Amino acid sequence: MATIHDVMPAFELFQPTSIDDTLSLLERYRRSVWVLAGGLDSFDWLKDRNKRPQVVIDLSGVDALRGIKTLPDGGVEIGATTTLTEIANHSVIKEKFKLLSDAAGLVASPQIRNQGTLGGNVSQDTRCWYYRSGWTCYRAGGNICYADTTTSINREHALFDANRCVAVSPSDTAPALVALDAQMVVRNGDGERVVSAEEFFIGPAIDITRMTVMQPGDLLTAIRIPATWAGAKFYFEKVRDRQVWDFPLVNVASAVKVSGGNIQQARIVVNAVAAHPLRLRAVEDAVAGKAQNEETAKMAGELAVAGAEPLAHNGYKIPLMRNLVKRALRAEATS
Amino acid sequence: MNWLVQTGLNPWNEQILTHAQWNLVYAALAFGVLFMVGHSLYVKFWPVPAGGHTASISPELAARVPERVKRHSLAARAFHWIMAASMLTLLITSFAPILGWKFDWVQWHWMAGIALTISIIYHIIHASFWLDFWSIWLNKEDANEAITRFKRSIMGGQAAPPRKAAKYPWDNKMYHTAIVLSALAVVPTGLFMMVRVRNPLFARNPYLFADSTWGVMYVLHGLSGIGLVGLTMAHIYFAIRPEKLWITKGMVFGDISKQDFLKHHDPARWVVEGATPPKS
Repeated sequence: MATIHDVMPAFELFQPTSIDDTLSLLERYRRSVWVLAGGLDSFDWLKDRNKRPQVVIDLSGVDALRGIKTLPDGGVEIGATTTLTEIANHSVIKEKFKLLSDAAGLVASPQIRNQGTLGGNVSQDTRCWYYRSGWTCYRAGGNICYADTTTSINREHALFDANRCVAVSPSDTAPALVALDAQMVVRNGDGERVVSAEEFFIGPAIDITRMTVMQPGDLLTAIRIPATWAGAKFYFEKVRDRQVWDFPLVNVASAVKVSGGNIQQARIVVNAVAAHPLRLRAVEDAVAGKAQNEETAKMAGELAVAGAEPLAHNGYKIPLMRNLVKRALRAEATS
Repeated sequence: MNWLVQTGLNPWNEQILTHAQWNLVYAALAFGVLFMVGHSLYVKFWPVPAGGHTASISPELAARVPERVKRHSLAARAFHWIMAASMLTLLITSFAPILGWKFDWVQWHWMAGIALTISIIYHIIHASFWLDFWSIWLNKEDANEAITRFKRSIMGGQAAPPRKAAKYPWDNKMYHTAIVLSALAVVPTGLFMMVRVRNPLFARNPYLFADSTWGVMYVLHGLSGIGLVGLTMAHIYFAIRPEKLWITKGMVFGDISKQDFLKHHDPARWVVEGATPPKS
C-alpha cells in the first residue's frame, strides 16, 4: 500500500550529457532503469516506493534533447525534454500549431509547466489511484482491476476500450499531438524509429502494463510535427475538477480545415476517456464535406459517444464528452 | 517458490498469488525441443531388437482383417480437429503476447476457450454413448505392455516381445490421460476467469471468490497452460514423424490400411468392424 515517505529509496543516479551515453546506459541496465525527465511523475512513484528502480538516468544534462527547431517542410521538431512552458510560449508553435501551445499551457500549474517536459507529459503513467497505490492490479502485473467493480471509486476512469484495466491516459498534450499527426522519434541501441503519435499510445488490449510502445532500452528523443495541419482551425478544451493543477476529466483537441463554410477535413481526439488518446475517426468521416454549423456539431457530439461503456461513477463523462466534441466543431469555436 | 508462481499485494496488505511464472513458458518450449531431439536420436540410433519390437500375430487372425479398417468416425475426427484448432488458438493467444507478439488477445482467447469447452462436452457424451468408453483409459494390461516394451528396447531379442496394441497403444493412453488432467485444471478455471473480463456470456464479478482462491485459480490455469505447450509440441511432433503418418492420415480420412493395422495392432485385442468371423 502506498505510503508517502520523506525520502526516496536509494538508487544509482546517472547524469549523461549525450544521447549516445544515455542509450549506452539504457542498454546496460535495461529493465532496472528509470528515465527521469522533469521528474513530476517519477518522484510520485519513487517517493511512494511503488517503483524501486536500481538505476535512474537523469536527462536534464542532455542538451541535444532540448529545444524547438523548424523543419524545411514548415513543420517543427521539439526535443523530448523541452519544457511545456517553452512550448506554450514559442512563437512558431503559437502561430502554426496553436493546438499544441494551448494544450501545453493548460497542463497542471505554471510551476509544473516550467519543470515538466513534452516527452514526460506524453510518457507519464496513468493516474488510476488503485494502480498508483501499489496494489497488484492488472496494470501492475496482477490479475484484477480494483477500479472496475460496482463499489469502486471510478469517476475518472474509462468510457472506451477498457480491456480488463479501466485506467485512462491523463495527458493534455497527447491528444493535440495525435490531432496534429505528430511523429515520435524513438532511439535505442539498434537505431532510430519513427512512430506516429496515434500508434505511440497503446491500450490495455495490446499491453496492459504499458501506455506507449516504448520498450526497455528505448529513448524518446524528439516529437516532429509536420506542416500538414499548420494554420488549420484548432480547438482545445480541458475540463477538470479545479481550474489549475489538475488532470483532465475529459479534454478534446481538434484540427479542422474549412473552405467556404464547409468542413473539408477534420481530426478530433479526446483524452481521459480511454487508456490512449481516442481519435474519433467515425466523427471525422461524418463531418467531412458537411457545413460547419450547429447541426453538424450536434451530430458529431452524438456520434462521438456512441459505444461508450460507463462504469459505476463516470457516466457524467458521456454528456461531457458529447458537448466538448460539439463545441470543438462549432464555427465560432474554431474561427 | 518464486520460480513457480508470482505473488502480489492486495488492498488489505495480504500477499496473494497472482499467476504462474511466465519464464516457465521458455522452460516448456525448451523441454518440447529437447524431447523432440532426444526421441529423434533414439529412433535413428537405438538398435531394433532381433525379431522386431512386437510379437507377430497369427496368420489366421490376420486373414480376417478387411482391406481398410475404420479407425475414427466422422464425429470423432470433427471433435479432434475442432479441439486442435481451439487448443492452438488458446496457446497462441495466451503465450505469444508473453513472448513479445503484442495484440488484442483476450477476446480470441475466451472465444477459443468456449469452443474447446463445447467440444470437450460433446466428446464426453459421444465417447460415453457411441464409442467404447474404456478403450482409451490406462489399465493393468497397459502397464504390463509398457514394462514389456521397455525390457524389449533395453535387452533386445533376449526379452519377450510384447503383444501388438489394441485400438489405442499405451503411450496414446498416457497422452490422453495427461491431456485430460490438464483439461480438468485449465477448463473450469478458465470458465471462472471469464467472470473477470467483459464478455457477453457472464456478468462481470471480480469478487466471486476471495483473492486467495482467485490466485490459486490463475496459477492452476497458467501452469496447466504451460504444460499444454510441451504436450502440444510433442503431439504435433509425433503427428508429422514419417513412421506415424499413418495415424495422422487415419485422423484425417477415418480409416487405415490392413497393412498398417497388422503392423501395429493385434486383431485379437481390437476386433474391427467388417472382420470375417472365425470359421467354426
